[in-house]
Amino acid sequence: MHSGTLDAVDRGFDVMKIRHDFPALDQMVHGKPLVYLDNAATSQKPQVVLDAINRYYRAGNANIHRGVHYLSEQATQEYEGAREKIRRFLNAASTKEIVFVRGATEGINLVASTFGRRRVRAGDEILISAMEHHSNIVPWQLLCEEKGAKLRVIPISDRGEIILEEYRKLLSERTRLVAVTHVSNALGTVNPVRQMIADAHRRSIPVLLDGAQAVPHFRVDVRDLDCDFYVLSGHKMFGPTGVGVLYGKETILEEMPPYQGGGDMIKSVTFERTIFNDLPYRFEAGTPHIAGGIGLGAAIDYLERLDWQGLSEYEGSLLDYATEALSGVKKLRIIGTATEKAGVISFVIEGVHPHDVGTVLDQEGIAVRTGHHCAQPVMQRYSIPATARASFALYNTQEEVDMLVAGVHKVIEIFG
Amino acid sequence: MSELRALYQEIILDHNKNPRNFKRLKDANRTVDGYNPLCGDHYTLFLKVEGDVISDIAFQGSGCAISKASASIMTSVVKGKTKAEAEKLFETFHKLVTGELGGNVTLEELGRLAAFAGVSEFPARVKCASLPWHTMRSALEAKTETVSTE
Repeated sequence: MHSGTLDAVDRGFDVMKIRHDFPALDQMVHGKPLVYLDNAATSQKPQVVLDAINRYYRAGNANIHRGVHYLSEQATQEYEGAREKIRRFLNAASTKEIVFVRGATEGINLVASTFGRRRVRAGDEILISAMEHHSNIVPWQLLCEEKGAKLRVIPISDRGEIILEEYRKLLSERTRLVAVTHVSNALGTVNPVRQMIADAHRRSIPVLLDGAQAVPHFRVDVRDLDCDFYVLSGHKMFGPTGVGVLYGKETILEEMPPYQGGGDMIKSVTFERTIFNDLPYRFEAGTPHIAGGIGLGAAIDYLERLDWQGLSEYEGSLLDYATEALSGVKKLRIIGTATEKAGVISFVIEGVHPHDVGTVLDQEGIAVRTGHHCAQPVMQRYSIPATARASFALYNTQEEVDMLVAGVHKVIEIFG
Repeated sequence: MSELRALYQEIILDHNKNPRNFKRLKDANRTVDGYNPLCGDHYTLFLKVEGDVISDIAFQGSGCAISKASASIMTSVVKGKTKAEAEKLFETFHKLVTGELGGNVTLEELGRLAAFAGVSEFPARVKCASLPWHTMRSALEAKTETVSTE
């Protein structure tokens, strides 16, 4: 394990150098150095992102798309420049396919209330998996209730993997959409989305991927995957909160009705008739989160400069190292043991409630998430009320994993 | 570590491991659920109220050490008390865990409740400690819907 990490360093991924880019990592919590392992909830931000937001508000602040004055043109350029950076990052065909939203949650809601409202009828089915975040469950429940449609759930194995045979059985002429997570926030499973998309497309069923937990860990190419929709949240990929992206194939977005009404999403308005704007602006009513978009653009610039091969090897070896170290702890059980995983280790300790685990670790300066991780059906699947979850990002180290393991031993010592 | 020990005192760890009155009360005439959706703490409280007196009380369910110890100690403390006395204990406890008690109450008066003094240093855990108490108060008011500390 150790040599794997050193190899990654040799190849040019220097985690200590990366850590210097993230000012929030360098602080003490309860008198101990912060060990931030709650990255699946939100990641820390590199200085370049903070600078970009600061620069915009200090010197560039203006509304976009309408002004003829200098600042407005500058702001428009920077905001639209961020859209282009996102297009390139995801390898989308056109910026028309990149819709700014508040986050992955809003992206899914947008698809449910436009595509869903138009396409789904009574008796139709929406297919999701048993490991979805509430954000990829509730919008579909609301839609199904409204339309008299049915929400079907792909079961998962004890290891936390989608059972592909069951998935294929659930695909039918009634299925209007498959909506699954790319990477599970509660289990860390990387789903076989390429295979799932191919299966769905054989029946001409479109597929939405929730990529919130995927994009911070590996490169995603939406054209290579051939997904129809892809959603992500800026704040989980080292950008600001309140901004995210909905990618949709142009042909599908084109036929979707507007989401919210207001300024910027129209071409012309009279009291008799409104002509809607072109893609992607048709889905972006009102003044957007301009600083957020610019900040997300800066986060993508930051990510584009990294050696992704080295990063992915480093993160892989760190996850292996942490998995092995935690597996060695008596009374500790890892929830989610899929073959393909990214960034997340959920665990329970015999006889100790996860909330108590979280409090003890916090006193050691270690930030983990405890609870149901907005995925209550996953907890029900494993008959547990909650887990403790350590989630990793590109700036975490083996030393931090060692501190986590020491912290876990302290938990057991107190409650043993 | 000292703050941690102040939170997880021996008495709390003991009541977590060996909760008292941890059973279904067959002749209960008040039954109320308490639920904290944030962490999944979920308890059912059984009370036998005769006239003005809580003649018997017990609980079942699962949750963190703080909530379970709180339910255990609460049931031990309020058993045999009148409704008014239980209400007064509720108020004392609430002030204790939110750090609003001041110096007006002595440790002696607090008795076993004093074990929860450390909770006020952990704002995220106040809800855990107070869940059983809110549930009891609801039962005394003869309410039946699930109590939530969210």
